[in-house]
Amino acid sequence: MRFKNVFNIIGPAMVGPSSSHTAGAARLGRAARHFLGVCPEHVKIVLYGSFAETYWGHGTDLALVGGLLDYDTDDDRLPDAAEEADRQGITISFDKGTGNYPHPNFVRIIVQHGTETAEVAGASIGGGNIEIHELNGFDVRGSGQYPMLAVEHTDSKGVLADITRTLSDAELNIGFMDVDRKARSGEAMTVIELDTAPDPHVLNRILQLPYVTRAAVIDLK
Amino acid sequence: MQFRTLKDIVRLCEERSLTIAELMIEEQVKETGVSEPEVIQQMADYYQVMKEAVHRGITEDTVSRSGLTGGDARRVHDYMLSGETSSGSDATRAMAYALAVSEVNASMGRIIATPTAGSCGIIPGVFVSSQERFGWDDDHMVLGLFAAGAIGYVIANNSSISGAEGGCQAEVGSAIGMAAGAMVEMRNGTPEQAMHAVGLALKNTLGLICDPVAGLVEIPCIVRNGLGAVNALAAADMGLAGVRSAIPSDEVVDVMLQVGRSMPSEHRETARGGLAQTPTGRKITEELRRRRQENKN
Repeated sequence: MRFKNVFNIIGPAMVGPSSSHTAGAARLGRAARHFLGVCPEHVKIVLYGSFAETYWGHGTDLALVGGLLDYDTDDDRLPDAAEEADRQGITISFDKGTGNYPHPNFVRIIVQHGTETAEVAGASIGGGNIEIHELNGFDVRGSGQYPMLAVEHTDSKGVLADITRTLSDAELNIGFMDVDRKARSGEAMTVIELDTAPDPHVLNRILQLPYVTRAAVIDLK
Repeated sequence: MQFRTLKDIVRLCEERSLTIAELMIEEQVKETGVSEPEVIQQMADYYQVMKEAVHRGITEDTVSRSGLTGGDARRVHDYMLSGETSSGSDATRAMAYALAVSEVNASMGRIIATPTAGSCGIIPGVFVSSQERFGWDDDHMVLGLFAAGAIGYVIANNSSISGAEGGCQAEVGSAIGMAAGAMVEMRNGTPEQAMHAVGLALKNTLGLICDPVAGLVEIPCIVRNGLGAVNALAAADMGLAGVRSAIPSDEVVDVMLQVGRSMPSEHRETARGGLAQTPTGRKITEELRRRRQENKN
């Protein structure tokens, strides 16, 4: 079943005009904001396919920027997101992507704050639902329907066990999970979708685990 | 969810003497683990957003971001208030309210996707106008939304609610079917009558293509929402009168998917066919492109 419950059908509450080009775009922008962990200073957005062709009339650009400001899909401030980002001194560039892309509504967002950089690529798959395809170049999937813990670590024995033990100690239930590594014993990324969001305490404990280099919670609720 | 088809819904409701709304609420609680009061509250919040969007579209001048559309809801509403309409004031009011919500959507206002933003006017148009007409309280309307959601859930999972996948029949068509079935239940029709209304409604939109001018959710989307609300009322009336869909409603849902799949991509939300490629559709697209270029410079 692609649609799991009644609020996938009646909902989301959103600022128009398009559930896929506006609401979905806002959620993708917000995912990038959460993955970085703070409000970005510099943003580079690369649009592909139908996103690149029709973004202007659908307010896809405003929705993406609103998401980067941590606005939800139904936030009244979405139409004024560009002015607000400008006021906060955030620099944002939009480009049309070339080459292959996996979905007609696809975007790549590179966010930067100080020396910290993060990159999210994902698709808007309809009705405001999204699919994350990449985090920092790792091929990992997430639906954004559940709070998602993204952990970067070195690929070594016992890391996953340590992470999942920390979550189970905090009584958090794992719904879905995906792992990708760039090379054996090299850098790796684990994403875990949870039934409830981990609090900052749990995130800290994950960060203190050996081999873990970076961790963030993407929570679009 | 315990049900996958419209027939399942009717069977479960009959076996346990439940309304479609009661069944949907029960299943939603089971599926998500969220308590019944919270589930009902979320839907009640959504209904308030729908009512606000109707009010805004009728009382304010809404202009879409492109500047192409706006003001038709007020036009139809004023016309209705001025006296004799062709389709009657109740249907005309539903039409005005549906246009209102779709215009608010096009102006980047707040709406509820039902099931999508492109088809967000039909359910509020039918619901809010009927609430005024029959004097129903909000609780009754919220139950109606759960009934609509149950119907949409079956359509979405067995067919499609995306214009890019299945054309406009999947968005506006689905919304009309959902509104028609819910209307039957809100007027105390049986689940079986509601299901027939869904099939009757969907048969009337089978094959409807998605051909938005310049790719925007405006032309012809807004007008299709207005006319869709009237269709939903008519299909509900057929259902309540005892008219049956000779082709079972689940088979209509299934064939909608097949019709959608056989549509060329030109007619599935790409703006490369249909009204988008008429001489005027092309002219509007060109004009928007020119204006956008000027904005950039």
